[in-house]
Amino acid sequence: MTRDAGYDDFLDAVADGEPYYLETDDGEAHLPPMPYDPATGEAEPAERSLPEPGEILTHTTTHIAAPQFEDDAPYVTAVAAFGPVSVTGQVRNIDHEDVEIGRAVTLGVERSETRDERVLVLYPV
Amino acid sequence: MTPFGRHAERTGRDLFAEAAAKAFADAGVERAAVEELFFGNFMGEFAETQGHQGPLAAEMAGVNAPATRLDSACASSGAAVRYGVERIRGGADVVLVGGAERMNNLSTADATEALAAAADALWEIRAGLTFPGAYSLMANRYFEVFGGDREDLAHIAVKNHANAVDNDLAQYQRTLDVEDVLTATQISSPFGLYDCSPISDGASAAVLVSESFATEQDLDAPVRVTGTGQGSDTFALQDRESMVRTPAAERAGERAFAEAGIEPDDIDVAEVHDCFTVAEVLALEALGLYDPGEAIGAARRGETTIDGDLPVNLSGGLKAKGHPVGATGCAQLSELTKLLRGSHVNSDAIPDAEVGVTHNAGGTVASCVVHVLEVDR
Repeated sequence: MTRDAGYDDFLDAVADGEPYYLETDDGEAHLPPMPYDPATGEAEPAERSLPEPGEILTHTTTHIAAPQFEDDAPYVTAVAAFGPVSVTGQVRNIDHEDVEIGRAVTLGVERSETRDERVLVLYPV
Repeated sequence: MTPFGRHAERTGRDLFAEAAAKAFADAGVERAAVEELFFGNFMGEFAETQGHQGPLAAEMAGVNAPATRLDSACASSGAAVRYGVERIRGGADVVLVGGAERMNNLSTADATEALAAAADALWEIRAGLTFPGAYSLMANRYFEVFGGDREDLAHIAVKNHANAVDNDLAQYQRTLDVEDVLTATQISSPFGLYDCSPISDGASAAVLVSESFATEQDLDAPVRVTGTGQGSDTFALQDRESMVRTPAAERAGERAFAEAGIEPDDIDVAEVHDCFTVAEVLALEALGLYDPGEAIGAARRGETTIDGDLPVNLSGGLKAKGHPVGATGCAQLSELTKLLRGSHVNSDAIPDAEVGVTHNAGGTVASCVVHVLEVDR
């Protein structure tokens, strides 16, 4: 699979235990790719360490998946807040029924069962 | 509009030809009078290997005019209507607008994949998020922030199915009860099958004319578009300040209402984008028809049912009328026009209605188009 610049760089950083976000001069936080400050056009927002753990804001268990995740279903997808940014990932290492809003999570990278592609995941702390 | 439903073997072009022919017949306008065409379509490349659909739509409609396809996901033909209205305001007399979508030639899994293209390909699709999944995230967050439950949502599905029973253009002309909704096959928690709009094929079209043209041609065109608004929001749900508000719809509504010179309290009837049951809740709150956190129980309390103070989705909505995504926005205007002028099967429910509003959303409301329609009584 051809890499998606920015996003796959982020997955690399998560896998290396060094997740980051981008901060522009006005203090706004973004996830990559964001090569230019969308407010000013200034290049190369600064990389900042992503604070962990994060906290689940919402979640859902998907039973009917798109083809690229058919064999993974059912699986839980959640949005979790990590300091100034929020991230969407699949929740692993927990019974689906036990996933709840407010639970602390850390980031990781695993591979999908269906197509053996990298997936951003959330691990309960 | 065509009947919405399962027409798997009919191409999008075939469906739009029917919708356009019906629109011209209804309007009493010659095709040669059309000065421009705006056409909504979302998944043509995926479903039919067919892009560049503007001139194709014009050819099928029998129109020789500049033709442009618009893609705002499920708000594509709402956007087409908006561009048409703006073109009329810019000096044109006659503009054809509409949209079409063919979806049932795809498997459910492939249609799910095609629809997911309206989400963020990096941050959402690569995490396995589907469209029912995305709205489920919004629903579960809503429950957390404001309360409410699946049964509240079920009443929305029940209401909209009841509204569609006598609508021959609707995909599902059958009632549901709350138990049916709550026990349906799970799609993405908290949604079961009946919380979701169906996979549909269909087309819609409308002939927009200037007031001066309508007068000169002595057309019977009692319904006017008095306000149009469009808004955008961050693309991915995760980047929103709140997942229980839809600022794109708020901005679209504010703009449309300001143009029309109305307030939310002036609205007598609404057709809103209920692609999933919770979407109707978010729409009503974004339009200012309910305060945040208050619309969740509106259907359950009977306030938005056919005999309620504010009937919502008398056509059956996307939920029961169907949701061929590129056709939906213009179809909302088609149904609301008929409701207001007294030619819809449910018009008797709103004999005194003068002001109606349509709300057409794309993605997780990263796009939204709102129109105000008015009729003189």
